Amino acid sequence: MKLQSAAIPSSEGFRANRDAHLAALDEIRGAALAAAAGGGDKARERHLSRGKMLPRERVANLLDPGAPFLEVGALAAHGLYDGAAPSAGMIAGIGRVQGRQVMVLCNDATVKGGTYYPMSVKKHLRAQEIAEENRLPCIYLVDSGGANLPNQDEVFPDRDHFGRIFYNQARMSAKGIAQIAVVMGSCTAGGAYVPAMSDVTIIVREQGTIFLAGPPLVKAATGEVVSAEDLGGGDVHTRLSGVADYLAEDDAHALALARRAVGSLGPDTGAHVALQSPEPPAYDPDEILGVVPGDLRTPYDIREVIARLVDGSRFDEFKPRYGETLVTGFAHVEGMPVGIVANNGVLFSEAAQKGAHFIELCSQRKVPLVFLQNITGFMVGRKYENEGIARHGAKMVTAVATTSVPKITMLVGGSFGAGNYGMAGRAYQPRFLWTWPNSRISVMGGAQAAGVLATVKRDAIERGGGAWSEAEEAAFKQPTIDMFERQSHPLYATARLWDDGIVDPRKSRAVLALSLAASLNAPIEETRFGVFRM
Amino acid sequence: MFDTLLIANRGEIACRVIRTARAMGLRCVAVNSDVDAGAAHVAMADAAVCIGGAAPAESYLRGDAIIEAALSTGAGAIHPGYGFLSENPDFVEAVEAAGLVFVGPGAAAIRAMGLKDAAKRLMAEAGVPVVPGYHGAEQDAGFLAERAGEIGFPVLIKAVAGGGGKGMRLVEAAAGFAEALASAQAEARTAFGNPAVLIEKFVSAPRHIEVQVFGDGTRAVHLFERDCSLQRRHQKVIEEAPAPGMTAAMREAMGQAAVRAAEAIGYKGAGTVEFIVDGSEGLRPDRFWFMEMNTRLQVEHPVTEAVTGVDLVEWQLRVAAGEPLPLAQDDLRLDGHAFEARLYAEDVPAGFLPATGRLAHLAFPEGVRADSGVRSGDVISPHYDPMIAKVITHGTTREIALRKLARGLAGTQVAGTVTNLAFLGALARHEGFAAGEVDTGLIGRDLEALVAGPGISDRAVAQASLVAAGICDEAGPLQGFTLWQPLKRTVLLEHGGQELQVVLRVTGPGRVAVALDGSEVSAERQGGIWRFDGVPGAEVFAEGDFVTVFEGGGRAFRVVDPLERAAAAGASGNLVEAPMPGKVMSVLASAGQHVSAGDRLVVLEAMKMEHTLTAARDGVVAEVLADAGDQVEAGAALIRLEDDGDVAA
Repeated sequence: MKLQSAAIPSSEGFRANRDAHLAALDEIRGAALAAAAGGGDKARERHLSRGKMLPRERVANLLDPGAPFLEVGALAAHGLYDGAAPSAGMIAGIGRVQGRQVMVLCNDATVKGGTYYPMSVKKHLRAQEIAEENRLPCIYLVDSGGANLPNQDEVFPDRDHFGRIFYNQARMSAKGIAQIAVVMGSCTAGGAYVPAMSDVTIIVREQGTIFLAGPPLVKAATGEVVSAEDLGGGDVHTRLSGVADYLAEDDAHALALARRAVGSLGPDTGAHVALQSPEPPAYDPDEILGVVPGDLRTPYDIREVIARLVDGSRFDEFKPRYGETLVTGFAHVEGMPVGIVANNGVLFSEAAQKGAHFIELCSQRKVPLVFLQNITGFMVGRKYENEGIARHGAKMVTAVATTSVPKITMLVGGSFGAGNYGMAGRAYQPRFLWTWPNSRISVMGGAQAAGVLATVKRDAIERGGGAWSEAEEAAFKQPTIDMFERQSHPLYATARLWDDGIVDPRKSRAVLALSLAASLNAPIEETRFGVFRM
Repeated sequence: MFDTLLIANRGEIACRVIRTARAMGLRCVAVNSDVDAGAAHVAMADAAVCIGGAAPAESYLRGDAIIEAALSTGAGAIHPGYGFLSENPDFVEAVEAAGLVFVGPGAAAIRAMGLKDAAKRLMAEAGVPVVPGYHGAEQDAGFLAERAGEIGFPVLIKAVAGGGGKGMRLVEAAAGFAEALASAQAEARTAFGNPAVLIEKFVSAPRHIEVQVFGDGTRAVHLFERDCSLQRRHQKVIEEAPAPGMTAAMREAMGQAAVRAAEAIGYKGAGTVEFIVDGSEGLRPDRFWFMEMNTRLQVEHPVTEAVTGVDLVEWQLRVAAGEPLPLAQDDLRLDGHAFEARLYAEDVPAGFLPATGRLAHLAFPEGVRADSGVRSGDVISPHYDPMIAKVITHGTTREIALRKLARGLAGTQVAGTVTNLAFLGALARHEGFAAGEVDTGLIGRDLEALVAGPGISDRAVAQASLVAAGICDEAGPLQGFTLWQPLKRTVLLEHGGQELQVVLRVTGPGRVAVALDGSEVSAERQGGIWRFDGVPGAEVFAEGDFVTVFEGGGRAFRVVDPLERAAAAGASGNLVEAPMPGKVMSVLASAGQHVSAGDRLVVLEAMKMEHTLTAARDGVVAEVLADAGDQVEAGAALIRLEDDGDVAA
């Protein structure tokens, strides 16, 4: 039951692995700290001079002191828009207010006035999706000029664009998921609907404004000259218009009012799972950096990772002697039961069938699933195609796609090809998807992709009687290799919100625990699987 | 011997008497005023009788009600404690007339010592040295001024019927005599209903040394001396036994004088003979003079108990029951040294003002005797003496006893009210006091330093902020979790009228960086104990909005809730507006008028109802914007208020 680690922390290999991970981690941390600083010193000073709290202070003072905060999309828009939108201009994450887990969405007005870039919209919608799936009350700390006009075509018209924010608010409110807005700055145009669509709205006196059109637009349209405060300030909205419900004196007061509003929400109806008393792993989670090879191509035993994630390092492995390239089994994380599905090599038919079987078990027992994804794909070749590996793979994919239990995916290595599907990649709607700094994601490996393209090209050249030198082929392949290398990097991925964030591998256990706890806010429905191709 | 004792008192002395009485197998009956129905002494007693209202005159001073309570509960004796009726000879007579035993001296002995001038004459006749002075009946101002001149300035004017420093004046030179006399007489009349004063030589470097005596009505013994020189405005603060610097010869002389005093009046029970001692050249047998005799058990009796091993209350009860003195003079021995500090609910920085409030928490450390009449949760009522407890320590030497006192005071925890604990602690650590340089002027000379005390430490603020934030308890491995950098949480505290902004960065389970104004404290929890910059945290008590950190006598912090802050800010209420359309019936304020929150300003008739509009805050009417009879719209401004300052400017 208790896993035995073969790792030797004093060994050279351990240290080398650790160094490689730390180097990768440094790059991510640097990017994360830069993103957290928002729109730079000048903008921050201007913001503070108006008597406002900085966005991170707002979040901190909303949440219970010392309570964990699981940020989502911290590096969204990294490297996009010429770096103009750190963190996509907003903070999103799961925190605790009055002991209750909530989703916080906080605009960062130091970033282009808190306007919505395409990635901002995507991040906002992703945060709302998390809230909706996990039944987390939403608290919007609003300070935004609305849509970023130069990008309006990628922000406004489509299904998953700006309008979806309010659609989500209405749908969540209908489901009894509280929507609370705190207007701490501008709330212009479409943005005006965030507070208007909320169940409860708080606005800060002589600081928060809500209007469909600001004073300049009003003047242009009708010639009326009016101040922002008279047009849609806190006094107006709490006394005359009724758009807001509570008038706050300042940010601190507004946040206290929001905390009180959360305190008066009805009881939450979470999932019922059999909890155990939490227990730290027998092996130090910090050692993950030493037990996982720095190079993705080096195989290792995934149980070394599991031993450093689960309570007491205890793992009730299911079907250990069958389909050994997929490790499945039961464990607990901070007292919460989980079924773990982890790659330990390429997927064969047996492994895929075992995976489907295990997911069925967890679904029937209503045990949340954790996928530790490090997969180059399903096995290829005549033998495997002929025995129907696609059919067996489809079983696993069907199970993953249709199970009703919460799925949490952690990308601990490669995520390539159809393996991504079978291991609950983004398209399979895991409740959360986290990545490690050493992870890579693409449809296939860069070298393989370049090889495929080169083979096709060579065939064409040689069919036409031409010749293609090795050097020419290498030159042909290099751009593809480079492109794959760039696009499979976790920063490239997280910037586009293909995941919910990059995490320090040593914090994986905490991230899993918080993700699980969040997912348990929603009851677990009965699963109805699709047709398994037998 | 009687088998039931009624204690005609309250507070710590009632509790203290009950403890001994119970140990002697006696049934104890308490009396109480109605506000004391739940008091500690009532809870301790076997039975209790409510004898009236809160004011002492309606309860604890009502001798008739107390005697009736004793008779109705089958009590055979009454112990008066100190204060209240303890030195009232009429009460003693009434008790005895009712066939009950009064635990204390006879009425005659009390009367003999009740008037100070008569007492001094009596003592002089008995061969007890008295301070040069005039104790006669003649109260003519000119005559008294002449007597003062004969005695020699500086002199002290004292109320004949006085006590507690009331009606007492120090006069340095002849020039100030007349004025001081007039005010002393006026104060004496108000306080005691008797304006008569006496005049005494004022002793420089005076020490207050008193001798505990115990008589059986004929013979008396003494139980050595106590030094009560540490006084503030004639109120004892810390007492000790024996007196520092006391010699065998001096003790012998003082003890004999005290015994003579007690025997001269046929004293029965516990009493104290107070002497003033000129300590300017050490203690000398020819430099002590009789001041007065207290015909009761004194507040500071525990120090004598500590150094003699005698339970004075037990002696009182045995002698009252007719037993002879339990020990002869030669059997009494001094053992070590003892201190007593009087812990009061009082605001020291504000000038030692008596304080009230609910004792949210009260605890004493090991190694001290704490005589208290209140418990955690009790209320310090404005009706009675605000003493919380007496903290008593004993050691083989003065140094040890004093060190134990300092430590005991540091370990004493009071939350819910301000106390003089820090002041007592400063006294216990005072270098001069430690060196035995005691005189009644010590506190006055060093008052500023003693009151100021050490400043509050950053560690205490940090600890209070952690408590305020609710992150002191074991929080589990996810405390402070964030993906990349810790969040900065602000906590607002108020201490001593000042607002403190503290920023907490929880960096992990049990790890907090606490940023104060300009400095940072690192807090870490290990093995269930918080350390602040490596120093273990103090004990803490938190209730409601208050956090008390037990450092330097207890630092009370109020946790500022942004909700309440804003409520105060929101009450600007500058404009009084019509809540709906209507007709102004009358305007009740005029420009320039000062108004208080809640004052009626305008009466408006609307929808067949009269609406009275009131001031939302204190201020001055700056403008009246409507007249009676005006028809006004909803939201129309009727009155504009300003702050006082605005108008003045």
